[in-house]
Amino acid sequence: MAVAMLGVATAVFTLVHLIPGDPVRKSLGTRFNQELYDAKRAEAGLDRPLAEQFVRWLGGAVRGDLGVSFRSDRAVTGLVLERLPATLSLAGGALALALVIAVPIGVLSAVRSGSKLDYAATTASQVGVSVPDFWAGIMYILLFALTLGWLPPSGYTSPFEDPVDWLRHLALPALTVGLVSGSILTRFVRSAVLEALNQDYVRTATAKGLSRWQIVLRHVLPNAAIPIVTVVGLQLGFLLGGVVVVEVIFAWPGIGRLALTAVQDRDYTVLQGSVLYLALTFLVVNLLVDIAYAVLDPRASLR
Amino acid sequence: MTIEILPGAPLRSRRAEVWSAVLANRLALGGLAVLAVLALAAVVGPSVAPFGANEQAILDRFEGPSWRHWFGTDDLGRDVFSRVLIAARGSLQVGVISVGIALGLGVPIGMVAGYYGGIAGSALMRLMDIVFSFPAILLAIAIVAVRGPGLTNAMIAIGIVYMPIFARIARGSVIAVRSEVYVRAARSIGATDGRILRRHVLPNIVAPIIVQTSLSLAFAILSEAALSFLGLGVQPPQPSWGRMLADGRGFIRQAPWLGIFPGLAILGTVMSFNLVGDGLRDALDPRQKSVIESRGQEIA
Repeated sequence: MAVAMLGVATAVFTLVHLIPGDPVRKSLGTRFNQELYDAKRAEAGLDRPLAEQFVRWLGGAVRGDLGVSFRSDRAVTGLVLERLPATLSLAGGALALALVIAVPIGVLSAVRSGSKLDYAATTASQVGVSVPDFWAGIMYILLFALTLGWLPPSGYTSPFEDPVDWLRHLALPALTVGLVSGSILTRFVRSAVLEALNQDYVRTATAKGLSRWQIVLRHVLPNAAIPIVTVVGLQLGFLLGGVVVVEVIFAWPGIGRLALTAVQDRDYTVLQGSVLYLALTFLVVNLLVDIAYAVLDPRASLR
Repeated sequence: MTIEILPGAPLRSRRAEVWSAVLANRLALGGLAVLAVLALAAVVGPSVAPFGANEQAILDRFEGPSWRHWFGTDDLGRDVFSRVLIAARGSLQVGVISVGIALGLGVPIGMVAGYYGGIAGSALMRLMDIVFSFPAILLAIAIVAVRGPGLTNAMIAIGIVYMPIFARIARGSVIAVRSEVYVRAARSIGATDGRILRRHVLPNIVAPIIVQTSLSLAFAILSEAALSFLGLGVQPPQPSWGRMLADGRGFIRQAPWLGIFPGLAILGTVMSFNLVGDGLRDALDPRQKSVIESRGQEIA
């Protein structure tokens, strides 16, 4: 884990420093003069050798100090933390929606495999996974915001200020991302449950006279939970950082959009900080999934 | 890419078997048909399109779908149908070339890592894991930022993003076959490692790679659309579906067709590749996961 984190940090730093363009010159704009420019560069440590810059940055990052934005002169850690509630809201909302769709439909589809319902669910998930999420987002705005006027087309309100308004703003972005995730999860739940249904213990349970649903709830679901948790983890990792375009469409102030703006502004420190945060989140979610295995499957901890 | 079978096995029958299995799958067949139309559009699109991609008729702007303009016209009076048709070339081009890059880099890395193992092998795979731990679209955005926006750089970026998936699949498959009798036999008669990998290992791990190629084409086209949507992919005046969506977004209330048709083109293309990928999987490698399952891993 520590090696992976170091690797990610190195990759982030290298990649960001490969981006052409001078962040200081860009941030000064028309205020540019050589003296100010040199002072700014020295202040940011950009006049030092790259290796030294890296060690300084890494040392700071370990202590939670990700440097200062060239653009806004604000602490990057603060900027990232400020965006965290929006990112978590969207990831949480979308994942909740995905699970609400995927678990019941996936289980039903597996238990009644080969039925019309199974066919419909499989077809719907095939469409769901092929839809470009940003296009779906635009279509939802057209339908629910512009035509029907039920929901706001974009923007974000903090849940601490106005929970109802927060939910209204969250609905469309969460629907956009949640339906795609839900389509992926449905298929996973279906195949995991199908596999568990074919095991010997299910035959034993049937033989001793348990009903179909008792078997599903008591024997099948706990066993199907492990592969499902893996994918839920991967999906969460994706939702926490991979929804940049949806954030752009809904003017959602998430961390993905922070990174995108930083690319456009050549704001090294902000880009480094936000991408590092996103990659680390992915690693941490994977670690949590591994821990969940041990909890869900006593055999895993013995290995 | 060809499927090579060990000497003695009837080559044609195996290939014919796979084809007939794919063709018997109605969904995969539908996908293939759509892809054939798209390929045709990519080749002859610009010459058969009723209007030029950038032919403006300012007096006809924001016309709804009609017999003259099947998909309506945009804010500059350009024919949306013609633009959608002509944009097929760019999308398919990015899809095919970027997946080619991912294949060309990922498969050799995975094969070497799987065949030799050891510290070098696991170091290579850790490197792949690091690439994999970046959110795909952000990594692509960062690479495009390094190299500058445009078609070529979008292809390189998407290729690098999808490289680790091929490396993982190749490595896993090589590990499964590296101690097979035919590999040991080849080694015993003095074949070099390079020859063993090319002539004996590669033909036997090709099935999962073919399946993954089809699925990755779908995701590459989605990624290209996303990059172009952000203005980082295909550049004007060349039309692209993602860019058309981005441009049409501002007029979505008065001219919804500007958003609907390019999106349907992306959806149709991606779904066709997915359906063909699923069909190929059923025919070649039934144990492999379905398109949606592999996307669950891939997308993150």
